[in-house]
Amino acid sequence: MAEETKSPAPTPPEEQKQPAAEQSAAAAQAAGTTPVAPSPPGAAEKPAAAPPKPAAPAKPAGPLPTAWDSPMVAKLKRQFGSGMEALTYLGQNYLEVDRSLIPNILQMLRDEEQFDYCVDITAVHYPKRDRQFDIIWILYCFARNERMRVKTQIADGEHIPSAVSIWPTANWLEREAYDMFGLQFDGHPDLKRILLPDGWKGHPLRKDYGIIQQDQEWVQINLGIESGQ
Amino acid sequence: MSDPISSVSHLDLDESKKTFLDADELILNMGPQHPATHGVLRVILRLDGEKVLGLECVIGYLHRGVEKIAEHRTYTMFNPYVDRMDYVAAVSNGLGYCEAVEKLLNVEAPPRANYIRVILAELNRMASHQLWLGTHALDIGAMTPLFYTFRDREEILKIFEKYCGARLTTHAFRIGGCQYETYEGFEKDVKKFIAFVAPKIDEYEELLTTNRIWVERTKKVGVISAQDCIAFGVTGPVLRASGVQWDIRKAQPYAAYARFDFEVPTGQNGDTYDRYLVRMAEMRQSLRIIQQAVDSIPEGPIMAKVSKVLKPPVGEIYHSIEAPKGELGYFIVSDGSTQPYRVRVRPPSFVNLQALDLMCRGQLIADVIAVIGTLDIVLGEVDR
Repeated sequence: MAEETKSPAPTPPEEQKQPAAEQSAAAAQAAGTTPVAPSPPGAAEKPAAAPPKPAAPAKPAGPLPTAWDSPMVAKLKRQFGSGMEALTYLGQNYLEVDRSLIPNILQMLRDEEQFDYCVDITAVHYPKRDRQFDIIWILYCFARNERMRVKTQIADGEHIPSAVSIWPTANWLEREAYDMFGLQFDGHPDLKRILLPDGWKGHPLRKDYGIIQQDQEWVQINLGIESGQ
Repeated sequence: MSDPISSVSHLDLDESKKTFLDADELILNMGPQHPATHGVLRVILRLDGEKVLGLECVIGYLHRGVEKIAEHRTYTMFNPYVDRMDYVAAVSNGLGYCEAVEKLLNVEAPPRANYIRVILAELNRMASHQLWLGTHALDIGAMTPLFYTFRDREEILKIFEKYCGARLTTHAFRIGGCQYETYEGFEKDVKKFIAFVAPKIDEYEELLTTNRIWVERTKKVGVISAQDCIAFGVTGPVLRASGVQWDIRKAQPYAAYARFDFEVPTGQNGDTYDRYLVRMAEMRQSLRIIQQAVDSIPEGPIMAKVSKVLKPPVGEIYHSIEAPKGELGYFIVSDGSTQPYRVRVRPPSFVNLQALDLMCRGQLIADVIAVIGTLDIVLGEVDR
């Protein structure tokens, strides 16, 4: 396998060429001032703790999200004002919007900006954050061959309007998000578990749900065995 | 919605008001263990006689918590798990995952690796379509195609086995490229396979395309319009058979697809017959791509320089590829550690299956079988 190791190093992306000090300063700034930057759980609460790690300067962090500008973003900003931020990361555009703008912004993206295909709806759990959940809508526009994401944050127990009336495909995707994270989608026609059995307790993709955890009671009653492990 | 089963548990045929034949509505369970559901899928049918009024899919029987497992494995360790989702197109699963992580790491696989990836992914698309054709035809009552397609699919699996040692869950690619250089005689084998299988596709078509029973069973069955496809997020051959010429290999090319000349076949009617024709045409296009790829495969390294311990920078990425069944996407969140913070798989089968209700309404029970077959779902991927 000597051949593999001989391969020339790919030219480092431009962002990685900048001096490490500048890089970590930028990282600190991003972590400290913009809580919307994708950051590890806990980084938003204690921005001072993350950058001074000894390993950080030696291994430069990756590229940082940059602002995303387009006529559509300008239009959305005019309409919705300050509750949103448009960013680009690794060439992928996304909007970070305030929870209150959902579902109006989704409706507008479909009706006026032709994002007629909702690729996916999913969530990420950050237990250390105040607003624990990121909800992500991945959208696609056939007319312009354009992909984007919409992201919002909600607290545990907070409800979010369903997108089923905007894209029917949201039905199962929201059911899965409910099943896995316990998120409540208001206005969903039939919000119930989809992959796990109906009587199951707990939502496995939450970070506090252990990987070998199971609904012991359900297993004993329904499968007639002591444990599924 | 309450469980519809409980509403019929008391069904008494002697009751004067509810005789069997005059019953307005009958609830019938199909599956979870039914040979025509291609795995463990339970479909609750609401019937008026033979006519389907509506149906509900009950899924999750094969749920293994792949997304949860990902959070407890390193990026490299999780790689083989993705093969177990759509196990008849394991190469595509691996390709999507490896490319998504590469994007997150900001590395690119070397050209030779990309060519190998394209060749194997297209061979796998052929294998997946052949398996689909054999089982779909079997469901509808044509037994012969199954033997033909399995005979020919075997040749693809032999190439896989010689390349990486595995036939089904291949784990053929690594993050950053491919682990294995092609074996001695790989190109010869692939070229031999193309010459072997091209006339076989004509053979399948000879059996079915103008076969009167096949045409009657598939034309105008399970019709779905382009608008409905888009609204329900249906992708892949099903979308194309409804007339939308959209293929991620063309729309947002990945690997080496931008270098090859191929067409994206479409249908007009969005029925089961058109979907059959689209997939047959796709097999031929796959052969075209493979031919071009083996003819022009460049020399060079097969692995980009990636560190042994992968630590992608903090960030999120969504990357999708055109799997044999439709858009297969990976949404990966990195927190800068060696393990992904979250991996979301956007499975084409799961999303496509949602349209089953719409496609079956007003059709006969026998057509439900045809429509499940034509959607080409793999339950391992639906349930993950």
